[in-house]
Amino acid sequence: MPDSLLPIRINNLQLTKGNRAVLDTVNLTIEDPGITVIMGPNGAGKTLLLRCLHGLIEPDRGQITLGKLSVADSGHRQAMVFQHPVLLRRTALQNLAFAAPRHARSRPKQLIEALEAVHLADRAHQPARMLSGGEQQRLALARALLSKPALLLLDEATASLDPASVLLIESLVKAQSIEGTKIVLVSHDQSQARRLADDVVFMSHGQVAEHGPASPFFKTPVTPSAKAFLAGEIVL
Amino acid sequence: MNALAEAFRLITTLDPDLFEILWLSIQVSLIALVVAAVIALPLGTWLAITRFPGRKLSILVLNALMGMPPVVVGLIVYLMLSRSGPLGWMQLLYTPTAMIVAQMILITPIIAALSNQVIENLHQEYRDTFHSLGITGRRAIVAYLVDARYALTTCILAGFGRAIAEVGAVIIVGGNIDHLTRVMTTAIALETSRGNLTLALALGAVLLALSLLVNALVIAVREQAGKRQYA
Repeated sequence: MPDSLLPIRINNLQLTKGNRAVLDTVNLTIEDPGITVIMGPNGAGKTLLLRCLHGLIEPDRGQITLGKLSVADSGHRQAMVFQHPVLLRRTALQNLAFAAPRHARSRPKQLIEALEAVHLADRAHQPARMLSGGEQQRLALARALLSKPALLLLDEATASLDPASVLLIESLVKAQSIEGTKIVLVSHDQSQARRLADDVVFMSHGQVAEHGPASPFFKTPVTPSAKAFLAGEIVL
Repeated sequence: MNALAEAFRLITTLDPDLFEILWLSIQVSLIALVVAAVIALPLGTWLAITRFPGRKLSILVLNALMGMPPVVVGLIVYLMLSRSGPLGWMQLLYTPTAMIVAQMILITPIIAALSNQVIENLHQEYRDTFHSLGITGRRAIVAYLVDARYALTTCILAGFGRAIAEVGAVIIVGGNIDHLTRVMTTAIALETSRGNLTLALALGAVLLALSLLVNALVIAVREQAGKRQYA
């Protein structure tokens, strides 16, 4: 089981683009293991928050700590899967070898096992960019998991994928969570959130509107924006 | 027409004078190309992926150097290598080595600036993923060079095309000495001024064929890359 990066504490996080606060005094503490799903309408700041957690964006103000570590110090213990996977112009196996920790690079068996886990062993020697969208995302997930991260961030990782790929990725994410990796996942898909979430962070207008266990959130959302969002209304 | 027929005969009979000049031209340009590529590719990549004060100015200067007049390069190298110059003790003036140095100086900015553009585009695409995977420094540079290999090959071939067709610099530092520093372009200039159009035409035809071959290689490399989604 990977060493925990919990609790994740976000204090007064502020990020502006132009004159607009795209993350507006975000305060959030995630203490529990399992799967946290970040939901909210477009432009709510979900992806930006995830990118701040991963150190891809430097906030204007505020602090993030993961366990006792800063974002910069936790870099090698967290991994991220993006909505559009970027794979190197090499074969699937070479993509894994490139990302693998130094000790694993010379162990092709370990890399093949990683491909088997995402049902891509038979594609090992194909150029990664010739794989289908679902296969590319599975490869990106396998690559992210190679370092055995304590925290796995997924940004709409199953958006526009075929149902079979969604199912496989969800089952891998669940399995990883059971093994002790903390999962923070951004999703637009309510059904997916209901299937996966242990707790939900609902964001609106760059702020955390609600955060709590999944069941109560889906049954009785507190804020009007969350109610409207879950009712399928268009939330601006 | 007679000159053309004679030129064709020189080529088909593998005329020793013609092929001596051709062989020296290829040797000089290839060595200059290898040295230039070793310097220019990491330089172009490094400029594309690092951020430091003066980076934009460096790229601007690099791009400007692409259009450096060959005769000016020839003159500078001449001044450096001439007997009274700072490197005169090396006694390299009027040798193939001096021609290699001049060609290398001419094509290094070309390869560096073109590769910088290629890697800059790739960096936009890879930046977040490399950050996420913790790929930095030399490992990132090597990864960019490997992944952009097909596009970089075309940059290198562009450099070779420029080197092999260059005349101004090599005539100044090489002196166009028969059996020593005479290459295709300087020989064409000399033979044309002498009125010996036969050899000039034959050399011109070979130069054109080489240029066509380089361009065909560029297209083949691009097509190969596209087929495997490696472009």
